[in-house]
Amino acid sequence: MKFADEFRDRDKALTLVREIEKLCSQIEVTKHRPLNIMEVCGGHTHSIFRYGLEGMLPAAIELVHGPGCPVCVLPMGRVDDCVAIAEQPGVIFTTFGDAMRVPGSRKSLMQAKADGADVRMVYSPMDALALARKNPDREVVFFGLGFETTMPSTALTVLQAEADGIENFSVFCNHITIVPTIKAILDSPDLHLDGFLGPGHVSMVIGTAPYEFIANFYRRPMVVAGFEPLDVLQSIWMILKQIKEGRAEIENQYTRIVPEAGNDPALAAVAKVYELREFFEWRGLGSIDHSGVRVRDDYARFDAERKFAIPNIKIADPKSCQCGEVLKGVLKPWQCKVFGTLCTPEMPLGALMVSPEGACAAYYQYGGVKRQERPDTVPAAP
Amino acid sequence: MNLMSPPPRKLGRIHVPAVTLAHGGGGKAMKDLIDDVFVSAFASAEPQALEDQARFELAALAAQGDRLAFTTDSFVVDPLFFPGGDIGKLAVFGTVNDLAVGGAKPLYLSCAVVIEEGMKIDELRRVAQSMAAAARQAGVAIVTGDTKVVQRGACDKLFITTTGVGVIPVGIQLAIGAIRRGDGILVNGLLGDHGAAILAARGDLALETEIESDCAPLHGLIDVILKAAPGTRTIRDATRGGIATVLNEMAEASGVAIEIEEAATPLREEVRGFCEILGLDPLYLANEGKIVLAVPPAEIDAALAAMREHPLGACAMLIGHAYPGEAGRVTMKTAFGGKRIVDMLVGEQLPRIC
Repeated sequence: MKFADEFRDRDKALTLVREIEKLCSQIEVTKHRPLNIMEVCGGHTHSIFRYGLEGMLPAAIELVHGPGCPVCVLPMGRVDDCVAIAEQPGVIFTTFGDAMRVPGSRKSLMQAKADGADVRMVYSPMDALALARKNPDREVVFFGLGFETTMPSTALTVLQAEADGIENFSVFCNHITIVPTIKAILDSPDLHLDGFLGPGHVSMVIGTAPYEFIANFYRRPMVVAGFEPLDVLQSIWMILKQIKEGRAEIENQYTRIVPEAGNDPALAAVAKVYELREFFEWRGLGSIDHSGVRVRDDYARFDAERKFAIPNIKIADPKSCQCGEVLKGVLKPWQCKVFGTLCTPEMPLGALMVSPEGACAAYYQYGGVKRQERPDTVPAAP
Repeated sequence: MNLMSPPPRKLGRIHVPAVTLAHGGGGKAMKDLIDDVFVSAFASAEPQALEDQARFELAALAAQGDRLAFTTDSFVVDPLFFPGGDIGKLAVFGTVNDLAVGGAKPLYLSCAVVIEEGMKIDELRRVAQSMAAAARQAGVAIVTGDTKVVQRGACDKLFITTTGVGVIPVGIQLAIGAIRRGDGILVNGLLGDHGAAILAARGDLALETEIESDCAPLHGLIDVILKAAPGTRTIRDATRGGIATVLNEMAEASGVAIEIEEAATPLREEVRGFCEILGLDPLYLANEGKIVLAVPPAEIDAALAAMREHPLGACAMLIGHAYPGEAGRVTMKTAFGGKRIVDMLVGEQLPRIC
């Protein structure tokens, strides 16, 4: 597979792992504790587990699986709001696939569908707009979800709906923005992070400049990383190199995709359609200032929050759930007191168990090798 | 209806374009539907009469083996017709394969259909003819059946249930709990074609692929394998849930750990690309012509060679081994050099947000 296999070369990986080991041995602090490197983006978490990267890295590196899965950080109350919209007569509620299983306080969208709501899985907001065109007597609502990665496509769909004069389409906007979230994590008193793998897809839209505060103010290195396994390993190596040389900079490993200055047309669409919310609630992290966006007044007729009566009730996370600690890297997924017992992918209590990008679901399905046995302890094939 | 016994009778004709509730009412319309669409398609060389059951000579069955194999499966698929197959072909080969993986020679099938009011007769006829062609290809007879028509909206166009009877030859003892440490884990070819073909055929992805379902009857291949490697422990067809599910069932039932090698797991390039784009794992994609088998170490080469000689096993691979690790645990050595757990699938695979 061209443009993918080049980044999955085993020999290059082993060379990089050796270089990472060498750098670790040259960093003084690793004699006392492992280096904590957070991958902010759920796509990285997925890649780390899928390719078994944790097991390849030296014990001196701890990967901390951060808050970058938009499905995982969705508060329960917002899922309840989705269900409430979906259950209104005449509504076709459209959503990305992995949001279907996120538990609300009463039910998930998948359960609402089973109960008779017209919930449909789409692959892009434009598919939802096409449904609105095909069903002029129905109200089609798109569940706008995700970071800056998916935000522009929702914005462009709203602009398209306006240009086409479509009246029966709206967006339930739950888009979130990554920078205030990283800041909130860095301000957390119980956090000990040595560096960040920067979110590649988000950076494709916003560029690298918005992260400068991480290096300048918090003195932590960040490397914007691609999603192939060699991308991840190379980015870890680049972070270690910065640590060893006493630097804290924002570097771009994913130059084949990420322009330093971001994507102007995408940013323009985002700026035109959305404005920052004063607060937005995150599952497990609480309310973070200016971390979510809403539809501007100019496009109010495409805003499901204004078109429909929405309960908007805050639902506290279950007490036993430790998603917040896991998101901040204070706990490893398996250290959560309900991991794999009360909370499993079959019956997720916390959202981190829902999406395959969630740290707990990824650990449950792909992980567990490093903590249970190192690969070299597996008996050789007969 | 029983299509096996005399005397012959005159078949009715159907003259409307779509199925109505009258076709399920038990009267002439229903008889005409059954005759015109099903009986005419499934007719064997033997004279037929409608009885409430098919009847078999026990002696003829007993001559072929010492145990009867009996299985049933329902088929619901959207769309009904897809590249490489249709619901009818699937219903025949699916049940034939459920018999075959136990080492049985498949002989007879029943066919029960639930039809949604409004279904086009021509489509139904295509399905019945496809079933008949599949049965001929597999060398089985469809000998009894049932037809129901339900109101529009009560089912999705057409549901088919096929039940199969076969005979297991003396000496064949396949069992999912029989895998021993050191056994080789083999597959007969490229994985995930059926699952990818169905997803692409649903038409709600803006993806064009030429992937076709691998839908095929596997008893001929299994027969060849069992002759070359008589010590084969178990064979399973990797349908819904893909090979990941089968491997987990094998590891759990046999109390062994199984480790497979990603680099040895055969995948079509198009399927790999398809999975990359949608964020799906090909190990969990459905197959309709693929088996996973466990073979003792001494017979691995013979089994592989026999499979590769057969058209349905040309891309056969040794994908891994059973190990004395944690019982029930399936792991994969990634082609990249890492290692990960391959767990059972939870629900269905849902495409990721980004």
